[in-house]
Amino acid sequence: MAQKLVVIGAGMASGRMLENLFEQAPDAFEVTLFGAEPRGNYNRIMLSPVLAGEKTYEQIVTHDADWYSANGVDCRFGETVTKIDREKKVVTTVKGETSYDKLVVATGSAPFMIPVAGRDLPGVRAFRDLDDVEAMVIAAAKPEAKAVVIGGGLLGLEAAAALRLRGMEVVVLHLMGHLMERQLDPTAGYLLQKELEGRGIKIHCKAQTKAILGNEHVEAVLLEDGTVYPADLVVMAVGIRPETRIATDAGLHVERGIIVDDSMISSDPDIIAIGECVEHANVCYGLVAPLYDMAKVATKTLLGEQAAFLPEETPTKLKVTGVDLYSLGDFAEGEDREEIVLRDAMAGIYKRIILKDNRIIGTVLFGETADGAWFNDLKKKATDISEMRDTLIFGQAFQGGTSADPLAAVAALADDAEICGCNGVCKGKITGAITAKGLTSLDDVRAHTKASASCGTCTPLVEKLMVLTLGDSYNPAATQPICSCTTLGHDEVRRLIKAKGLKTIPAVMQELEWKTSCGCAKCRPALNYYLVADWPDEYADDYQSRFINERVHANIQKDGTYSVVPRMWGGVTSAKELRAIADVVDKFEIPTVKVTGGQRIDMLGIRKEDLPAVWADLGKAGFVSGHAYAKGLRTVKTCVGTDWCRFGTQDSTGLGIRIEKFMWGSWTPAKVKMAVSGCPRNCAEATCKDVGVICVDSGYEIHFAGAAGLDIKGTEVLGLVKTEDEALEVIVALVQMYREQARYLERIYKWAKRIGPDEIKRQVLEDVVRRREYFDRFVFSQKFAQVDPWSERVSGKDKHEFQPMATVPFQQAAE
Amino acid sequence: MAWFEIGSIDDIPLRGARCVATPQGRIGVFRTADDQVYAIEDHCPHKGGPLSQGIVHGASVTCPLHNWVFSLETGQAQGADEGAVRTIPVRLMEGRISLGLGVAQIAAE
Ligand SMILES: Cc1cc2nc3c(=O)[nH]c(=O)nc-3n(C[C@H](O)[C@H](O)[C@H](O)COP(=O)(O)OP(=O)(O)OC[C@H]3O[C@@H](n4cnc5c(N)ncnc54)[C@H](O)[C@@H]3O)c2cc1C
Ligand code: SF4
Ligand code: SF4
Ligand code: FES
Repeated sequence: MAQKLVVIGAGMASGRMLENLFEQAPDAFEVTLFGAEPRGNYNRIMLSPVLAGEKTYEQIVTHDADWYSANGVDCRFGETVTKIDREKKVVTTVKGETSYDKLVVATGSAPFMIPVAGRDLPGVRAFRDLDDVEAMVIAAAKPEAKAVVIGGGLLGLEAAAALRLRGMEVVVLHLMGHLMERQLDPTAGYLLQKELEGRGIKIHCKAQTKAILGNEHVEAVLLEDGTVYPADLVVMAVGIRPETRIATDAGLHVERGIIVDDSMISSDPDIIAIGECVEHANVCYGLVAPLYDMAKVATKTLLGEQAAFLPEETPTKLKVTGVDLYSLGDFAEGEDREEIVLRDAMAGIYKRIILKDNRIIGTVLFGETADGAWFNDLKKKATDISEMRDTLIFGQAFQGGTSADPLAAVAALADDAEICGCNGVCKGKITGAITAKGLTSLDDVRAHTKASASCGTCTPLVEKLMVLTLGDSYNPAATQPICSCTTLGHDEVRRLIKAKGLKTIPAVMQELEWKTSCGCAKCRPALNYYLVADWPDEYADDYQSRFINERVHANIQKDGTYSVVPRMWGGVTSAKELRAIADVVDKFEIPTVKVTGGQRIDMLGIRKEDLPAVWADLGKAGFVSGHAYAKGLRTVKTCVGTDWCRFGTQDSTGLGIRIEKFMWGSWTPAKVKMAVSGCPRNCAEATCKDVGVICVDSGYEIHFAGAAGLDIKGTEVLGLVKTEDEALEVIVALVQMYREQARYLERIYKWAKRIGPDEIKRQVLEDVVRRREYFDRFVFSQKFAQVDPWSERVSGKDKHEFQPMATVPFQQAAE
Repeated sequence: MAWFEIGSIDDIPLRGARCVATPQGRIGVFRTADDQVYAIEDHCPHKGGPLSQGIVHGASVTCPLHNWVFSLETGQAQGADEGAVRTIPVRLMEGRISLGLGVAQIAAE
């Protein structure tokens, strides 16, 4: 039987460990994952580009809901573990106790907040998680907002550069004499300071913070020397402390971090610790590469295999676009050390290599870092460099007379040269995977090798390897294709379907030069949707290109049975309906009946063969399919509004039912959930839906682009309309615009983010003619879509779906 | 091994599958776009998903539960995933499909 594994902390170290574990032994453990943050694992180190606006949160998510569910992880996000009871082998959260056989502590670090007055004021933030980033983004949106960043290390400078890109006035306060003193020598620190000042960031070194000033909110920072810097936002980035509180309370051996042995086991043999919260051989780590190694070792330990953690030095790179900086190893001066220095003031280049006994022990590169990987390789292998000493500093391209072509430098790297420092991936592994598995895109390479999947600074190197291995067929600038069957992206395909009048899947594949004969499970459902949406009257829906749920109009469950959810318009039901459901449950011995989050009833555990008979009985009571399985309109939740509620301002129930009756049956790029609340108290939770309505005295406030799944996002306000008719027209137009433009599987909030909420507002609210056109097109397509799929199947459609083709009986087989 | 006739090729939708119940478990029988017929065990090695319910493309099927892709010819998982399902011999004669089932194995059950 699977053992119970509890993991505390859904961060980068535990995320990697779970990946390894599910790859090597998917069924060895039943995993429960606790995370204090209300979300799953994301690539924390990419928060800097998110803060800079160069990436979105969605792009840095490493594990999404599908991944967790595919691996059967019980996700307990937003639940902080407050206690470990080692006697009883349980962990405690506000929701209660969970027992474990093995426990992994991966709580990371807590940002260190310097103990000065005012550090608790609103507007003072650390830089550690997505909430910090979101708060900073909001602060930066204020016109002429000012930020003070305390700490001129890696984190502080990435924050400063990002906030500057967002238009803030930024001051960096740094205690030491030069920036990033732990990774850079004074010269490189100076060059970095000049570069950042050139971007309009003020740098104040040797700055001792005395107090943070403000009443309700932060207003300024005061230094010991009396300087005052006004501030709307203060970012504290002075360092991190291993997060060890629960481990200490549980009586584990903790020094600076949780003490572990080489196999990552703590002082309790059933408790493993990994990540930044750990101390191994007197060292705590703060970069991902060693944490990933810990994750590997921990996986082996969990599976009862031998493994030992061997610390390796990790290079530091600053992730500020346009600043090239690389630092590795030891660069202090010393008696027994020699150095080689190259400066090019015009070009802003500084390179320094520190040697001991003719071997590289450290390097600092600024302005040109392409040779970092090569120097690192020489250092790791302790290569004697006396032969090439004179030209060493010019880099690899200079050695052995090879040309200065950047590709040639990559080509010349040895197969075991490390390309991706974060994940410890060497050149041979990448080129090997490209050829052996026929990889053609950067994403493929990331999926198979993990190279450049973490901090991303080695992406150019990986791309060069792809060019070297694949030749001209690799074009890094190309848009992400739908799947490996085509080179075209979703938008391009949608455009060409319309432009060329393509009306069948084979026509699309022929005209757009699909590379496979009949597509795959990624592109076929997408194409089928696009054709349904674009040619509602002419296209014959291809059920073989739909996922099983949409093909049989029920939801497949993990054991291969199905669940059935009939529509309950606006969440309103009656004695007659409930009685009919009760009868069906009894008759078919349905094991579970459950009220869903969308205000209706789910019957789970129905055998596929029984589906048509179940539907027939439900149909007699007037039920139709609830499309709980569809990329289409799911539910319209409502509150009781003016019918019953003393606060109600409009007939929210009536409007919800009207919307649902108008829109059911339509296919959409991804599922659509709606809600209508009768007043701003919002009992129907309309402000986290794809589309929501908040009724007010003066009319109907229409909301859209909310999310309440793995991502949580409040809605945007589309606008206020006066009448119910108008509300319906705007909502329908909005959904039709989404149906026509979004990419398959893209929820409204993601689509809105890409298109821009203002553009949507303009097209479906302000431009009345356009709105009407969208509305009319939706109404037209509903003529073909509003057919109850259940009653069709009760009358015999797609019979083959529900019966086995044949049964080979025991006797016959035994003959 | 003995052959058991299970029906006609037209019982299976093009680019589709049906399942057959046998004493040794369910078997998925697949018909590709070019009318090739394959049979594999209807049980995904990952978490037991019913492969006959997946989307059929080329000579492959994608599992409906978590999207692993299997070759219908070899039963091997494709792409980054590793695993395999058992393939069952199929005979197609004048539009009639037969499966080759191991008699000894079946009789023993
Ligand atoms: C902005 C930024 C940029 C960075 N850039 C780089 C870089 O370029 N290169 C690099 O190598 N590293 C970088 N790092 C460091 C890197 O992100 C960390 O080393 C890494 O995330 C640590 O992994 P971890 O799993 O130990 O901890 P984390 O990823 O922090 O995960 C720990 C998780 O545990 C949760 N937790 C804590 N206590 C509890 C509890 N009691 N119950 C439940 N959950 C709990 C926390 O909320 C957190 O989500 C950067 C970090 C930041 C913040
Ligand atoms: S029903 Fe939804 S929330 Fe619950 S386990 Fe399944 S996917 Fe997760
Ligand atoms: S949202 Fe307003 S009207 Fe509706 S039930 Fe709640 S309080 Fe009443
Ligand atoms: S059960 Fe088939 S992919 Fe998971």
